[in-house]
Amino acid sequence: MMGRPQKLIILLLTVLVTVPIATTARSAESVAFPTQEWSFNGPLGTFNRGELQRGFQVYKEVCATCHSLNFISFRNLTDLGFNENEVKAIAAEFQVEDGPNNEGDMFERAAIPSDMWPSPYPNDNAARASNNGALPPDLSLMVDARAGGADYLYALLSGYHETPQGKEIGEGMYYNAYYPGNQIAMPSPLVEDGVEYGDGTRATLVQQARDVTAFLAWATEPNMEQRKRMGVMVIIFLLVMTGLFYYSKKKIWSDVH
Amino acid sequence: MSSPKLTNPVARWIDHRLPVFTFLHHEMHEYPTPKNLNYWWNFGSLAGITLVIMIVTGIILSMHYTAHVDHAFQSVERIMRDVNYGWLIRYIHANGASFFFIVVYIHIFRGLYYGSYKAPRELLWMLGVVILLLMMATAFMGYVLPWGQMSFWGATVITNLFSAIPLVGESIVTLLWGGFSVDNPTLNRFFSLHYLLPFVIVGVVVLHIVALHRFGSNNPLGIDVRGDQDTVSFHPYYTVKDMFGLSVFLTIMAAVVFFLPNSMGHPDNYIPANPMVTPAHIVPEWYFLPFYAILRAVPDKLLGVLAMFAAIAVLFVLPWLDRSPVRSATFRPIYKIMFWVFLLDCVALTYLGAKPAEGIYVVLSRLCTVYYFAHFIILLPALSVFETPRSLPRSIGKSVLGGGNGIPAPAPAAAREKP
Repeated sequence: MMGRPQKLIILLLTVLVTVPIATTARSAESVAFPTQEWSFNGPLGTFNRGELQRGFQVYKEVCATCHSLNFISFRNLTDLGFNENEVKAIAAEFQVEDGPNNEGDMFERAAIPSDMWPSPYPNDNAARASNNGALPPDLSLMVDARAGGADYLYALLSGYHETPQGKEIGEGMYYNAYYPGNQIAMPSPLVEDGVEYGDGTRATLVQQARDVTAFLAWATEPNMEQRKRMGVMVIIFLLVMTGLFYYSKKKIWSDVH
Repeated sequence: MSSPKLTNPVARWIDHRLPVFTFLHHEMHEYPTPKNLNYWWNFGSLAGITLVIMIVTGIILSMHYTAHVDHAFQSVERIMRDVNYGWLIRYIHANGASFFFIVVYIHIFRGLYYGSYKAPRELLWMLGVVILLLMMATAFMGYVLPWGQMSFWGATVITNLFSAIPLVGESIVTLLWGGFSVDNPTLNRFFSLHYLLPFVIVGVVVLHIVALHRFGSNNPLGIDVRGDQDTVSFHPYYTVKDMFGLSVFLTIMAAVVFFLPNSMGHPDNYIPANPMVTPAHIVPEWYFLPFYAILRAVPDKLLGVLAMFAAIAVLFVLPWLDRSPVRSATFRPIYKIMFWVFLLDCVALTYLGAKPAEGIYVVLSRLCTVYYFAHFIILLPALSVFETPRSLPRSIGKSVLGGGNGIPAPAPAAAREKP
């Protein structure tokens, strides 16, 4: 006859086996790419503020020319370690449309922290018209919206290599080692020393790819650190609760067996 | 139904007019439960609690959600970013759906292993199948609400299945859509029904429990309770055992909710729905994959749809397909093997449902589908005739005492077998 702990282990294993079966079913279609070490990996991972600020700079100076960030407002940037005045200053660099005013006219004004990050194009058609028919996707959810998440984005951004021999690339398309089908409409966005970091970090292409990927991981889930912190507390609580119920159960059942 | 001894005069006054305390006393304290239930019996109450978790989180989500094609995706992201602990509520709800199915599938397979569907519990079992069907409809419509790419295309694929019905198929699809494509009316009615069906599930769960309490739980030995020596009162014995099981379950669920919240979702559902762009592979949620595999295994659309629904419908008649008088697989040597093969078959179908419908996967899907139905329609009825069950223990109490005290047990096999 099996003891109680063994039964419990079998039970746990059942659940732990069922979940991965369900999840591995998903990754089948993605292209293979190397995994990276990220500060935000794992149950205790947090964002590196320096990395986020550098990544924000890359987004602002490079990506934002074509890509919107619809779910981020200027006030969210305090998460990156900017203080309120810095956020106000960043917002003030942008003009947004407001109104209608009392005369019924729309007007332009400097952005304030409560404004959303302005889109580079007024609508999708305008975006397509400026980009050879391709629509630059919104970047707010990029890390969750692509199989492989941050690892994939980093591989993509640093994956513009010479077109291999015999590979046909369409008109206005570019070769990318990690993009599904290897043909991407976006030219390599990053160049060596394309931005000048304020903290003295050398802006190599891979450094920029890393930083902007970290920034996009934050933009995808600004609450990630709160989630993980809370998770640790909840799990500790539940483990204590499990222990208490285990011994209560043992005690109550002791007169039955 | 005896009355509890109520000392509080207010409680006594109420109970005399509305016997709620008597009812609780009867269903919790007096309700005799076999004392040999193992941990697989925890999953019934776990399913009930998960249903409550889903309803509570769902009601809160609906306070912030906007059921409109132009705002649904955005409103979900607003919940994730700007609503206080909205991310927590949504992650619990989204992962809770998966855990609900894990729990219910384990609950079902426990019923299959121990023959819990046999007389006199046929209606109890059938009500359970009704709950499963309602859960599937609810989960499917819930997955449409965030209005991501998989929401949209999943809705398109699944609703289109009904077009295979002869004559009225197209009309039914138009009715489901509220128009001529999956659009705003579809989203609105799915939201409405997604809010309604959980309460229908609650209703059927009540019936499920009423039917359960008529004869009480089955048990790992599958033999009837002979008297008080075989049972313990539900409270406190099984309340505390259920609480322990619940704590373990919540710990595992919390680990996923807090540390792997998107592991059971599809990345494409973080892309807003776009009727002009079809995802490379349209994959349903994992809990639908076995049925999806059966659907695709059949070359004809109508027959495929029928096979998919038959895969669940066959469960309704299971109590009459398996004619063996012995409930528990513990005493059915051949059925025990067949159970594990069938479980493996279901896991294989889940795996195949996630694979593209090409090459070897199609062949395997067909084999697994044929086996799925053969298990119920050919093997089980045949087994009822050919299998010689082992001798059953005389009572639960005797079996629990096992071969102790130096007295040879009536059925030593029972005591040695794992439940």
